[in-house]
Amino acid sequence: MYTNQPALKETTFNIKNDKIVLVDAINHAMAEEMERDEKIVIYGQDIADPKGGVFTATRGLMNQFGKKRVFNSPLAEASIIGTAVGLAVTGWKPCVEIQFGDYIWPAMMQIRNEVASMRYRSNGKWKCPLIMRVPVGGYIHGAICHSQSIDGYFIHMPGIRIAYPSNAADAKGLLKAACRMDDPVLFMEHKGLYRQGFAATPEPDENYILPFGQASVVQEGSVATIITWGAMVQKSIEAVKALGIDHGLVEIVDLRTLNPLDHDAIEASVTKTGKVLVVYEDVLTNGPGAEIAAIIADQHFESLDGPIKRVGAADAHVPYNWFLEEKVLPQTSDVQKALTELLEY
Amino acid sequence: MVIDIVMPKMGESITEGTIIEWRKKIGDIVEMDEILLEIGTDKVDSEIPSPTAGTIVEILAKPNDIMEVGTVIAKVETDSDAALVQKSTQSLVSEQKTEELVEDKIVEVPKAISPKTKPQSGEKKFFTPVVNKIAIENNIEIDELMTILGTGKGGRVTKVDVLNYLKSRLTVPSAKQSDMAQPLAVPPAFSRLDETVEMDNMRKLIAEHMRNSLDTSAHVYVMTEVDMSAIVNYVNKQEDTFYQREGYKLTYTPFIIRACVKALNSQPEMNASLEDSSIVYHKNVNMGMAVAVNKGLMVPVLEKCEELNFLGLCRKVRDLALRTRNKQLNPDELQGSTFSISNFGVFNVTMGTPIINQPNVGILGVGVIKKRPVVIETKEGDTIGIKSMMVLSLGFDHRLIDGAGGSQFVDTVRENLENMNLETLL
Repeated sequence: MYTNQPALKETTFNIKNDKIVLVDAINHAMAEEMERDEKIVIYGQDIADPKGGVFTATRGLMNQFGKKRVFNSPLAEASIIGTAVGLAVTGWKPCVEIQFGDYIWPAMMQIRNEVASMRYRSNGKWKCPLIMRVPVGGYIHGAICHSQSIDGYFIHMPGIRIAYPSNAADAKGLLKAACRMDDPVLFMEHKGLYRQGFAATPEPDENYILPFGQASVVQEGSVATIITWGAMVQKSIEAVKALGIDHGLVEIVDLRTLNPLDHDAIEASVTKTGKVLVVYEDVLTNGPGAEIAAIIADQHFESLDGPIKRVGAADAHVPYNWFLEEKVLPQTSDVQKALTELLEY
Repeated sequence: MVIDIVMPKMGESITEGTIIEWRKKIGDIVEMDEILLEIGTDKVDSEIPSPTAGTIVEILAKPNDIMEVGTVIAKVETDSDAALVQKSTQSLVSEQKTEELVEDKIVEVPKAISPKTKPQSGEKKFFTPVVNKIAIENNIEIDELMTILGTGKGGRVTKVDVLNYLKSRLTVPSAKQSDMAQPLAVPPAFSRLDETVEMDNMRKLIAEHMRNSLDTSAHVYVMTEVDMSAIVNYVNKQEDTFYQREGYKLTYTPFIIRACVKALNSQPEMNASLEDSSIVYHKNVNMGMAVAVNKGLMVPVLEKCEELNFLGLCRKVRDLALRTRNKQLNPDELQGSTFSISNFGVFNVTMGTPIINQPNVGILGVGVIKKRPVVIETKEGDTIGIKSMMVLSLGFDHRLIDGAGGSQFVDTVRENLENMNLETLL
């Protein structure tokens, strides 16, 4: 299923910049990795200079590395992934962009039947270590086709690694790790976080690698755990703050990658607090949090001191009207409400 | 229109009450006078009917919350269409409102975390997996677990509670370790574990009142036998017509009250109370009447008995006893007694020594009426006959009343009963 290569190790690094926004951290990660590895090629819709991608994630890369390594693709997602499969199995390291998660669906057959299963169905002889960078998520008044969360679909799919960073430094470390991994990676970037102040961090230098499968404890707590990732990390922080309760009661765990899941971090926090709230942006039903809740119920039942609660989006499409968008997507107040119920339980 | 449901004033002296249970939830339709919730005061638990018909749109107090009289505890929308609209606008439009609600909740959370909620006594408790695990690891038996004060929802014992309990728990001596060494010595299936249950509110109040009375009054008792034959015959004779007329049975209690009222009128120090070194003589006879209720005892008060004729007494006794058993008493009806009667004769007991109902100075214990052979003195000489006899025991406070006074009182009651003018009673 996956590579036998030893897992990457976290590296020592220095801070390069005081502050960098998430989209620039992505850009720098790619530039640094392309510098290091000549096999990396980048393509996708509108990604070439001067536009440099609709979110400017790839801006300057074509100018720096040339049209042979950085170029625009046709508006055809199945082809983007299909050609990337060909490149990857023949030794290249394609790092392609699907402009919006909402448009990844034409490529679904390629991802499910070609990418994810390449190593398995060739009995380990072939591999397909491509990177699919995909802006996802809502809160930008982007309506049904620019707001979708896709984690629920892909966490279900064996064979691909999944990253979903919540801040700039993690994004850089994870994307650089993805560029060195030997398995296919779905790299989800929340477009609402691209230029957010709270997602901006000091920038680690080119030596920084953040291995997949290492959750981060954003804040420690003793009586309840919020397990979350992506844009929901900040919503969770705000919800805890808004409750005005003592510091050190609620623990927030940012999973950072959804495949592999950091089971140890989940176990450590659940056994410590006994109460769990899973917060995710995807729709509630069969969303990724459902799996995490099931794992906890299955493996840590004896640590539980309350029901495992979930906050997710309503089982609905994300509306264009900003007011209705707010009703569908999970808000700080939703997290607050669920957390209050859990604390009071 | 939205009607505010306020914490009702359940008696003159009652300023607050505890929400025990909501019988309705938000969105429920309630009829006028339908029971909305149950409220407890330090005197009584009462079911509160809805003052209006409508739909519950808000509930502002949780079980165990202590609410001041007059505070809004719920809101009822009387217009059924408006209730729907309000419900949907609440969830759709007013963002500010949601934030306000959320802010309201904020205050609650630290409460939930600090141990304040009282455990629901006698209730079957649920323990989460982790609480059970901690209990097993630390040799906490289920009955010990039951005693831990829970701060969770509905008094649930949370993980934090059990951990705090462990910290404060005394180190159990080595006996525990030897238990552990031979854990299978007693197969659990055959062991009969003691059960520890938290007292309910009423039991706690009774315990407190009884202890307090014994600590306050200098209890002494005198007893006497009463020939109830005339009254028994009278009751047997009147039984059917009385039942047809009144719809309930004629009992002996009104006779005994009547005899007491007359005796109290002639002996005012028995109808008094003590306040430090002063004696308060009560001008009305307010008779406390002990009534056994499910899992407890209550003493409702028949006010101003001296103003009532016999039929009035019968009706009032019947009304109070019935409402006491049906939990429909007003808390005011449980206070202000000046003398009390405890009729344990209904339990087939010959005599007893009842505890004075504070702040009274006397209590009359009434035994069972039984046919006995007695010596009857006549001018022609003594004979042995069969009479319906009853033992009265009077408990009184020796701080105020001496043996002579007590004896005189109980003898007066006896005389009043034996010589009651039955012809003019009904």
